[in-house]
Amino acid sequence: MAAAAPRIIVIGGGLAGLAAVIKIAEMGGNVDLFSIVPVKRSHSVCAQGGINAAKNLKGEGDSTWQHFDDTVYGGDFLANQPPVKAMCDAAPGIIDLLDRMGVPFNRTPEGLLDFRRFGGTLYNRTAFAGATTGQQLLYALDEQVRRYEAEGKVKKYEHWEFLSAVLDGKRVCRGICAMDLRSMEIRTFPADAIIIATGGIGAIFGKSTNSVVCTGSAQSALYQQGCYYANGEFIQVHPTSIPGEDKLRLMSESARGEGGRVWVPKKPGDNRNPKSIPENERWYFLEEWYPKYGNLVPRDVATRAIFKVVYEHNLGIDGKPMVYLDLTHIDRKILDKKLEGILEIYEKFVGDDPRETPMKIFPGMHYTMGGMWVDYKQATNIPGIFAAGEAEYQYHGANRLGANSLVSCIFGGFISGPNAVQYARGLQKSDGNGYFEAERKRQQEINGGLMQADGAENPFVIWKELGEEMTKNCTVIRYNKNIKECDGKLVELLERIRNVNLSDRNQWANTTVAFVRQLYNMLQLARVIAQGAGMRDESRGAHYKPDFPERDDKNWLKTTKATFAPDADEPKFEFEPVDISLIPPRPRKYDAAK
Amino acid sequence: MANSVIIKIKRQDTPNSAPYWDEFELPYKPGRNVISALMEIAANPITRDGRKSTPVTYDSNCLEEVCGSCAMIINGRARMACSALLDNLEKPVRLEPFSKFPIVRDLATDRSVIFENLKATKSWVPVDGSYDLGPGPRVSPEDQEQMYPLSRCISCCCCMEACPQFNEDTGFVGAATISQVRLFNAHPTGKALKRERLSALMGDGGIQECGYAQNCVEVCPKDIPLTTSIADVGGQVMSQALFDLFRK
Repeated sequence: MAAAAPRIIVIGGGLAGLAAVIKIAEMGGNVDLFSIVPVKRSHSVCAQGGINAAKNLKGEGDSTWQHFDDTVYGGDFLANQPPVKAMCDAAPGIIDLLDRMGVPFNRTPEGLLDFRRFGGTLYNRTAFAGATTGQQLLYALDEQVRRYEAEGKVKKYEHWEFLSAVLDGKRVCRGICAMDLRSMEIRTFPADAIIIATGGIGAIFGKSTNSVVCTGSAQSALYQQGCYYANGEFIQVHPTSIPGEDKLRLMSESARGEGGRVWVPKKPGDNRNPKSIPENERWYFLEEWYPKYGNLVPRDVATRAIFKVVYEHNLGIDGKPMVYLDLTHIDRKILDKKLEGILEIYEKFVGDDPRETPMKIFPGMHYTMGGMWVDYKQATNIPGIFAAGEAEYQYHGANRLGANSLVSCIFGGFISGPNAVQYARGLQKSDGNGYFEAERKRQQEINGGLMQADGAENPFVIWKELGEEMTKNCTVIRYNKNIKECDGKLVELLERIRNVNLSDRNQWANTTVAFVRQLYNMLQLARVIAQGAGMRDESRGAHYKPDFPERDDKNWLKTTKATFAPDADEPKFEFEPVDISLIPPRPRKYDAAK
Repeated sequence: MANSVIIKIKRQDTPNSAPYWDEFELPYKPGRNVISALMEIAANPITRDGRKSTPVTYDSNCLEEVCGSCAMIINGRARMACSALLDNLEKPVRLEPFSKFPIVRDLATDRSVIFENLKATKSWVPVDGSYDLGPGPRVSPEDQEQMYPLSRCISCCCCMEACPQFNEDTGFVGAATISQVRLFNAHPTGKALKRERLSALMGDGGIQECGYAQNCVEVCPKDIPLTTSIADVGGQVMSQALFDLFRK
């Protein structure tokens, strides 16, 4: 007798989720795809600069091993090496597949894929479609998933939010509980396995380069249900973002890849028009400090350099926390061909033309290297729960290189899908069905409580305080005393959120209810980040403590794993050795070639 | 309030309830967009006349004008709320939901029809599978430069909202979908489905409904050459129709 086709639930429809869906559908599985927004509007659209693959089409002698070495070195040796190697080996094939799917990559005169340079490497390894590569990649996968949807293999649940996993008596995942963001209905859905591909956690930092849906709520809910959360303290702050009232808009690393230069006037408070400041009165500090990599040092290095120039040398433009990112020396035609998407963002949101005027930028929270702990099959520690994409921790160690996120999302999706199907095929029946109703009731009660809550706290105020606290204490420069106070503040905010008052009690499309639920989960996950940062007394990749300025392999070459202790309502930590079987750790320095 | 901005918002609690207007007054801040105003209202939803209201429901995600979520009517024009800077808008600012799509709540509308249209026109490249089958077809830089702008469509539906022909009577698919057909028909592998795509655009609701008002290209936030796409695909449909006629 042929077994029924496996039913897999994929949560999140960005690159990782859609990549998983494609593999599952191709293997004959059925997919229920859940997403807060229509999947074509997922945060992957925001990725700009490109996707890495060592195809060596520029005669530079690049190789997948070089890509692997750059990635491990850029991540300061914190990533387990075998899966990183597998990703780098698979990357050229992934680019070919995307090319076949119709991604309009930029081309060489001969009609081959063009490649540009990105941070943390000396090779032209980044394929790109203008400066909207994430959008183009997401659309290609979205189109393939739509094709499977037309064939009845994929059912989409858009405008639904994941709330929790349904676990049976043996703590095996049997499905999910989710909320319809329009009718506010809470329902459970059975599945043989689930894949979490819910992306980043930017909202924990208030303003970031992330999209509105990137709250980390799903990851946090699963952490609170018993999944390990790994390396939470590793937060990437992108050196070049455009500060805004509502968010920090990304200004892609590709601007520097195409020759953009970062500088400040040498004289403090120099408020002349930047174009009129002569070369010898400008300080190209990245080029001076890192002659080999110049403006293309990894993001953590560039971000700390900008902080140093602004806060220690007091050389921010106009005395404000800003530096110039200058493209004005580059031919307009080239800029339009290769960077149009990002130039347009700057023009529309700031009002200046970056082809004419140097852009004013400053670092902004961008990416979480940490995430759900997974094994090499993308499986979490709870049977039946897999994770892929930015939501998991596996590929980037202590710092992610630019243009590696798109490849890790797609690769992780491609690994998780087949492994979820494999797992589903061997799955034993559950010991009962009552778990679904119990979970639904638990979630329903939370909504009921929120609708009636008549406390004194405004959730939007709590969120603002959370963001300020985390940005101040848990991003670029970290001090143990401040982190400790920050965690204390988080405990206070968790107390206060129990006493909220919702300004909206409508039972239809109530965005405030959904937001408060996310906010609670953000607060719980924020403690994992803060406490993880507090514990790790060293500096590695994006994690930098002036009181412990060196990397300490003897004590800290290990993965941080947080679990939730429900009785204590806080994280517990354990540590796991890193697999360094392929490349022995060596000091990470970007002032010279490695 | 000195130095403030008044924002009038057309609201509706449920898909079938009656619409009403709320007016909010916010302190002026330079460089802010409509979304940040809506965020501030959410944090303190008190109307101008001091009445306690509710946070406004609206769609949003990337806030960089690339996800296509936050489309609405701002001062009478279909556009994205994230890239609408208050400094550049006539005051008071008037926000309304799209008028040609079912209302979910307040400024949020159900625009899923665009995704159904993309399905009906098979807007994808029919690859053999996701295995590693080597590189794709070579594409000249000139062809890439033709295709790339079309591929930047964010499915925001502004072109459909602004189109006089896009309504229940005609059932017109709208410019965005037609432009995607042009994109996929131009792709060396994608053109395998050209005939099926063009058939989907024939007859009622198809490309013939276009009345050449050119509103679509006017409002498109991504400057996609939509009218060129319509002309191009119109020609393709015509030749296909003739071909079909003589083959019968």
